[in-house]
Amino acid sequence: MSNAVRPLIVGAGPAGIRAAQALVEAGLKPIVVDEAASGGGQIYRQRLAPDKRTPRDLYGSEASKATALHETFARIRDKIEYFPQTLVWNVRGTSADVAIDGRTRRLDFSHLILATGATDRIVPFHGWTIPGVFTLGGAQIALKSQGCAIGEQVVFLGSGPLLYLVAWQYVKAGARVAAVLDTAPFSAKLNLLRGLPSQPGVVLRGMRYVAELMARGIPVHFGVEPDRIEGEARVEGIVWRERGKERRLACDAVGYGFALRSETQLADLAGCRFVFDERDRAWRPERDMAGRTSVSGVYIAGDGAGIAGADAAELAGERASLALLEDAGYAVNRERVAVLERGLAGIQRFRDILEIAFPFPDKWAASVADDVLLCRCEEISVGQARAAMREQEVRELNRLKALTRVGMGRCQGRICACAAAEILADVHGQPLEAAGRLRAQPPIKPIPLGIAADGEAA
Amino acid sequence: MALLKRLARHELPPISFTLNGTVCTGRVGDTVLTAILTQADQLRLSDFSGSPRAGFCQMGACQDCWVMTSDGERIRACSTALEPGMNLRTFAEQRS
Ligand SMILES: Cc1cc2nc3c(=O)[nH]c(=O)nc-3n(C[C@H](O)[C@H](O)[C@H](O)COP(=O)(O)OP(=O)(O)OC[C@H]3O[C@@H](n4cnc5c(N)ncnc54)[C@H](O)[C@@H]3O)c2cc1C
Ligand code: FES
Repeated sequence: MSNAVRPLIVGAGPAGIRAAQALVEAGLKPIVVDEAASGGGQIYRQRLAPDKRTPRDLYGSEASKATALHETFARIRDKIEYFPQTLVWNVRGTSADVAIDGRTRRLDFSHLILATGATDRIVPFHGWTIPGVFTLGGAQIALKSQGCAIGEQVVFLGSGPLLYLVAWQYVKAGARVAAVLDTAPFSAKLNLLRGLPSQPGVVLRGMRYVAELMARGIPVHFGVEPDRIEGEARVEGIVWRERGKERRLACDAVGYGFALRSETQLADLAGCRFVFDERDRAWRPERDMAGRTSVSGVYIAGDGAGIAGADAAELAGERASLALLEDAGYAVNRERVAVLERGLAGIQRFRDILEIAFPFPDKWAASVADDVLLCRCEEISVGQARAAMREQEVRELNRLKALTRVGMGRCQGRICACAAAEILADVHGQPLEAAGRLRAQPPIKPIPLGIAADGEAA
Repeated sequence: MALLKRLARHELPPISFTLNGTVCTGRVGDTVLTAILTQADQLRLSDFSGSPRAGFCQMGACQDCWVMTSDGERIRACSTALEPGMNLRTFAEQRS
């Protein structure tokens, strides 16, 4: 039976690694493809070369989870077919097109597990393209993977658990954090207390980050409405409003973000049906508790299936593989399935609380000025997009893209599509879901032009 | 002037590369983005307005960090490891 079963896993983060492990334990040899040079995904990302820092330095409270995951991946390494530094840029039926070493190649599969994770969710402000402005995730990667701070005087801005975590990690590593600017009011954070009974560790850790930042005299502002980042060749300061007053702070770098957005292009190309997720404010692939999508043989796990965090990603990866095994006629351990599903349900309930504690800045779309760049690739302003929406009755993202090029650039909407959907909803007073979602187009990321195709099935 | 500030990994062996004709030093384990932005404060100029850019996401999503090698190859700086002898251009002096 196992000859016919040839699963392909896209992504070697927590979800992909646990999925691979479960398949290996059932005697299968999955193919694992990841764009990164080594396994771990976003949170447990590994350095390109080892240095003096310990796992504790890099991953803090999550060090033992990081180490366990890396060790698992090392242990199954020769029982899987692993393609690092390889981009899956298309899915057609039961084959995937991958770019590897400047060549493209076709990988055939019997089953597909998408564990593609997420990237920062962004909304633009004046000055968001100035050198020295990075996403929160980008600021964290600079530190974790590269041992660098994004500047000498860093301001962190936004909403989401990552805001305080990254600020705290910077302080711990010896960087100067000029301020933390939270777009949510302090009262929102009180909701976290409701999460204490179910996830005490997470809640207390979060509180500790804030307390330690404040204890070191780092200003933490709540209810911030960002106005602009100043500077031309590089960041010189940031201006915001707080309780009606304008405030300014000098800084040379800004890290910002508003939680995460799922990476869903491959699910789209695989033909999966999408549903609108109110909590994520985004369309995502439809799935059952086990990670089965609407397409037979295609499974989805981790943040790529809706934002739920790293612990959920590990559980969901394993759960998806058990579903795959069951569908392929293997016996699976029912008790394990129940444990995984209970764990996932508990985390989902906690996510609802997190979303209230770290809300999206829903006033942003109405207040953002016309001359702010909406699309940093094609350099289209908010005003140009609004004009098309009003004058040409554009109500949907794909039409907006066709008429204004928003979402047509190299990032393919990864950075601007969430913001564009929010503006569509604001301009027309329509629900967010009516903006739809950008259709994925292969290649889902730029691949070198003239890349030689060997066209052969692997 | 440098955009990024090194806080760790000082102990790793140096790697020489060329940036806009000047010989520079990075470290083993640097990405091209790190190697450049610890020396300079931009990676490229935007396609339409020619404004300076220095990457954004550092995780291969935004595509705002593409730089050129001297032989005309384009590389995504945040996801490419620095290699000895790389000859990189940040477009800066071409357009201004
Ligand atoms: C930058 C960043 C930093 C974060 N930091 C923290 C943190 O400190 N603490 C915390 O609790 N949570 C953090 N999170 C959230 C956490 O990373 C996620 O919840 C968790 O990593 C989800 O695991 P995953 O396996 O679903 O996806 P990921 O860990 O994101 O892994 C997905 C993998 O898929 C690969 N991939 C995606 N598309 C393709 C493709 N087309 N071809 C090939 N490979 C592909 C990616 O390279 C990546 O390695 C962070 C998220 C981001 C984006
Ligand atoms: S910085 Fe975003 S792709 Fe490199």
